[in-house]
Amino acid sequence: MEVDVQSTLTLREFGCEQNLLSRPDGSSSFVQGDSSVLAGVYGPAEVKVNKEIYDRATLEVVIHPKSGPPGVRERAREQCVRETCEAALLSSLHPRSSLSLVLQVVHDDGSLLACCLNAACMALMDAGLPMGCLFCGVTCAIDQEGQIITDPSAQQEKNSRAVLTFAIDSAQRRVMMSTTKGSFSVNELQQCIAVSQKASEKIFQFYRDSVKRRYSKTL
Amino acid sequence: MAAGFKTAEPLEYHRSFLKENCRPDGRELGEFRTTTLNIGSISTADGSALVKIGNTTVICGIKGELASPPTETPSKGYIVPNVDLPPLCSSRFRPGPPGEQAQAASQFVADVIESSEVIQGEDLCIEKGKLCWVLYCDIMCLDYDGNLLDACLVALVSALENVQLPEVTISKETDLAEVNMDKKRHLNIAKHPIGSSFAVFDDSIVIVDPTAEEESLSTAMMTVVTDEDDRLCTLYKPGGTSLSGEKLQDCISRAVTRNREVSKLINTVIQSVKPQK
Repeated sequence: MEVDVQSTLTLREFGCEQNLLSRPDGSSSFVQGDSSVLAGVYGPAEVKVNKEIYDRATLEVVIHPKSGPPGVRERAREQCVRETCEAALLSSLHPRSSLSLVLQVVHDDGSLLACCLNAACMALMDAGLPMGCLFCGVTCAIDQEGQIITDPSAQQEKNSRAVLTFAIDSAQRRVMMSTTKGSFSVNELQQCIAVSQKASEKIFQFYRDSVKRRYSKTL
Repeated sequence: MAAGFKTAEPLEYHRSFLKENCRPDGRELGEFRTTTLNIGSISTADGSALVKIGNTTVICGIKGELASPPTETPSKGYIVPNVDLPPLCSSRFRPGPPGEQAQAASQFVADVIESSEVIQGEDLCIEKGKLCWVLYCDIMCLDYDGNLLDACLVALVSALENVQLPEVTISKETDLAEVNMDKKRHLNIAKHPIGSSFAVFDDSIVIVDPTAEEESLSTAMMTVVTDEDDRLCTLYKPGGTSLSGEKLQDCISRAVTRNREVSKLINTVIQSVKPQK
């Protein structure tokens, strides 16, 4: 099966700033096109007795939507982000402690879960927490003609037949997290994964560049 | 002796079984627990089903209500699913507002309904812009022993098959809805989305239909939902360790066979409850 990756792979303009908040131990803002998410990490700190895990740190993730109280959809997203972060973090190095990650949606213009994952990864990096690998979020939309659009805007998501979001790890480029909407064939799934893996390379390069840019001033 | 080993080193206990390609309850790695289904268990609901996968027991009741359709889709009725995990079903759930797992499961079921188009929204419409059916699907877990999502979907699909809604007409003179309780009809179920859950052990061993204990020890969970045309409706993997492409493909193939098995079961049960003439 030939996958024509290059022609379909376009990502919107990315932007990232780390350490922009003074109170959290690590913070970042991540911008993908018009989607924007602000993340803050606190910890390792003391943990509530009922949430204590004896051999690793307890991670809490909270996602605040742009307006209104968080609903069921946010809870499902929180679960996805939390379990992805738990797999990447070496939380056994901080047993019986708590880590909390707060994500504030600044603007939603599609690919929001991917943007949340990227902001989370940059914030964890900024907090200096030990991680086994990095991860990034990629959203693919399959439009009515079967074309794959990476990093779609809200309008593109609305017009598409299926929307798939993956988290890809930096070590082996494999799928850590996946949530999908709409129906699609196995072949389309494999293509989307291949496209996301290609896109992840670009995103990890972006991570590298933005961290390099940040430390080039201090070193 | 074995009991002591299990309590002290649960992970090692499971590993020693997985090494021999079997599991503590005697199943092979790719084997589901016995699935039993009872349709129409709640006589007061419009449709209901009780599903058992091993010890996991889930009951689904569906209530149809008349409402005015949403303004953005005036010709469509809608379905409102809700998954409840009461403290009754496991000690891990506390009383009070629904926890994260219950909310995530509700969202998962809602996503599957939307993605697979189980029922065409138009079928639930009585008169465009005026009146439509709303189906409240309440799914309650009675005994939690892992693999909640699969059980929820089987319960939902079977209960939808069981739903009988009375005929409703809007009378021209009074402009009011008239319900004819004598004439009831079944819904037209377009697709049968069936899920298969997998747990990943030690980043490499994939087992199907995990029990609650296996779920808590595993490093990742995944649920694949397919319909009868072998199309994927949902590939839900909320984080955890990563999975290679080949393993993923194996899981999808297993999910497709599982769909056949469960569809057959649902059909047999439906046939058996049909009144004999």
